[in-house]
Amino acid sequence: MSEQVPEIWVFGDYRNYFQNRVTLQLLSRATDLAGRLNASVCATVFGHGVDEWVGEYIAHGAKRVYVVEDESLGEYSTDLYVTLMERLAREYKPEIILVGATTFGREFAPRVAKRLGTGLTADCVGLDINDDGQLVQTAPAFGGNLLTRIITPEKRPQMATVRPGIFQEIPHNYQAQGEIVRLPLPEGLPRDRVRLISSERRPPAIQKLEDAAVVVCGGRGMSGKSKFKNLYELARLLGGEVGATRPVVYSKWAEEDALVGQADKHIRPKVLFSFGISGAIQHTAGIIDAGFIIAINKNPLAAMMKMADVAIVADANQVCLALIKELKKRLRG
Amino acid sequence: MIVCIKQVPMASELPWDAKTCTLRRDLAEGMMNPACKHALEAALTIRQQHGGHITAITMGPPMAEEILREAIAMGADRCLMLTDKAMAGADTHITSYTLARAIEIFCPDFDLVLCGCHTTDSETAQVGPQLAEELDIAGISYVDDLELHERAVHVKRFSDNFLETLETDLPCLVTVNTQHFKPRYIPLSGLQDAFEDLNILAVSASDLGIDPVHIGIEGSPTKIIDVYSPRAEKRNIVLKGAPKKIVEELFERFESMLGGVIKKDLKREG
Ligand SMILES: Cc1cc2nc3c(=O)[nH]c(=O)nc-3n(C[C@H](O)[C@H](O)[C@H](O)COP(=O)(O)OP(=O)(O)OC[C@H]3O[C@@H](n4cnc5c(N)ncnc54)[C@H](O)[C@@H]3O)c2cc1C
Ligand SMILES: Nc1ncnc2c1ncn2[C@@H]1O[C@H](COP(=O)(O)O)[C@@H](O)[C@H]1O
Repeated sequence: MSEQVPEIWVFGDYRNYFQNRVTLQLLSRATDLAGRLNASVCATVFGHGVDEWVGEYIAHGAKRVYVVEDESLGEYSTDLYVTLMERLAREYKPEIILVGATTFGREFAPRVAKRLGTGLTADCVGLDINDDGQLVQTAPAFGGNLLTRIITPEKRPQMATVRPGIFQEIPHNYQAQGEIVRLPLPEGLPRDRVRLISSERRPPAIQKLEDAAVVVCGGRGMSGKSKFKNLYELARLLGGEVGATRPVVYSKWAEEDALVGQADKHIRPKVLFSFGISGAIQHTAGIIDAGFIIAINKNPLAAMMKMADVAIVADANQVCLALIKELKKRLRG
Repeated sequence: MIVCIKQVPMASELPWDAKTCTLRRDLAEGMMNPACKHALEAALTIRQQHGGHITAITMGPPMAEEILREAIAMGADRCLMLTDKAMAGADTHITSYTLARAIEIFCPDFDLVLCGCHTTDSETAQVGPQLAEELDIAGISYVDDLELHERAVHVKRFSDNFLETLETDLPCLVTVNTQHFKPRYIPLSGLQDAFEDLNILAVSASDLGIDPVHIGIEGSPTKIIDVYSPRAEKRNIVLKGAPKKIVEELFERFESMLGGVIKKDLKREG
């Protein structure tokens, strides 16, 4: 038995640092998990001119950062990054490797897992340590209608990609100390088989509905375009956005970009109001990450009512109007 | 060209057994995973321009033969059906291992492997990249559009806010999303032909020369502890009566939570 402190690694995915904070969220979660395992939280950073990110990761909880820096690593490269990660993991033997479920992460992590002959759980929405010290990975299946808990009992490291926005990052602390392990570019790295011809940064799509803290969703039960409009007033008072089901969009009570569901927008508000929605699986697949759900429906047995925290059995429009009235009273001043 | 396709339960009819907390897969109506269908369409488009031969492969229960028939109806030349009790319950590590062995044995001279970017049931998006790793070829995921130029593949994709154009040489693997390559409509006569003239080869674990302990649920490094419906965690407080009364009660119980979320004081004055 080696005396080494087990390590939890977080892959430093810095490419969209300001929009996508998943690496910082993972450092935070890794810090919680490390407490249960007496483990140490580490980050890996590959690239060129990466000191800024190394500093950020230490400020957000990494106790050690493995850095491989070289001009040839300046652009993200699956082939090279996979080989580097594999070699580092073989040498330092981390217990756990966490990777943000970005497009890159989801292309990179499966290949790393394959090389290391270990398991990988995709797009996790929960991570915990069980009494046996194993990483319990919670992942959605069937469009998020089911959750699966998965472990990797024998193979090490235990690997997971994790959906952005699930965990809260720790506030930064630029006084935090961390060890920086600078490693040379290993000998005999393969040539990158994929050539990057052009790469153009696009402004991040505006995701008002996806990122809103409060969403007011309406369905056919709002019974008409003029009544549906009241939902916009309610959303305005709550500082939120309006979502809609497919029949609503088809009837043109709402714009197409309000459509929430399986193949459309996935929303994750802290509070979701659901007015006159039956709860068909194609719709509920898009609201699985919603926090507190308040559903209003005439039919107490509607599927939507069963998945609500508060199920209000009443006319959707009347409740909407009553909410508007009450909010106006309370928001005065 | 090789296209990997998978049968998934039709979402609208997901027979979820709330009592036992399991999916009645046996009752589920199957269909070809949408992204796989787009991958097949991409292969058909390439064949129209450059010629070539398309093999569709699936690993799954015997019932999954349906989607191979559909693939033939769409235009695939040949199909491999990997089916064996020993293969059941495989995770992505083992699925990609098994698919790779079949490709090496039955299609050793392949140029291009196409997969869907992800499936609607397991949603891992891992099988494609892991298969590329097994075959030791380049792989590009989440491809919007692709074209063949001589022995090079040009790919366009959107990756984490970057619009990328990439190039790689054959042989390689791409996983196709559902942006372009809208699957063609299958005429009924095609379906008829597909039923009459079956170019489907059934393949078992022993045909692949692999030991059952290395595949299926046995060989998989990940283990599922349980599957549950997240709905069960909800509090399910029921309110009824006059809307005004309901709203008052709602605020009474949740005003501080709501106020916290919208960052406003919702306390009633006086
Ligand atoms: C392939 C496919 C993909 C789909 N994708 C999507 C998708 O992405 N998003 C989506 O939303 N849908 C999608 N659908 C459609 C989906 O299956 C449902 O038909 C749709 O979500 C139902 O919308 P709804 O709840 O507004 O309407 P309904 O199912 O008609 O429900 C209306 C509800 O309102 C209640 N109600 C009626 N009157 C009142 C009242 N006065 N007060 C209160 N409650 C009232 C009723 O009890 C009922 O529960 C898809 C369907 C298919 C086949
Ligand atoms: N059992 C299978 N048989 C054939 N191809 C598969 C199988 N499982 C996954 N694939 C391929 O891998 C892609 C991604 O699947 P997944 O990793 O499950 O999201 C699919 O779109 C298929 O192309």
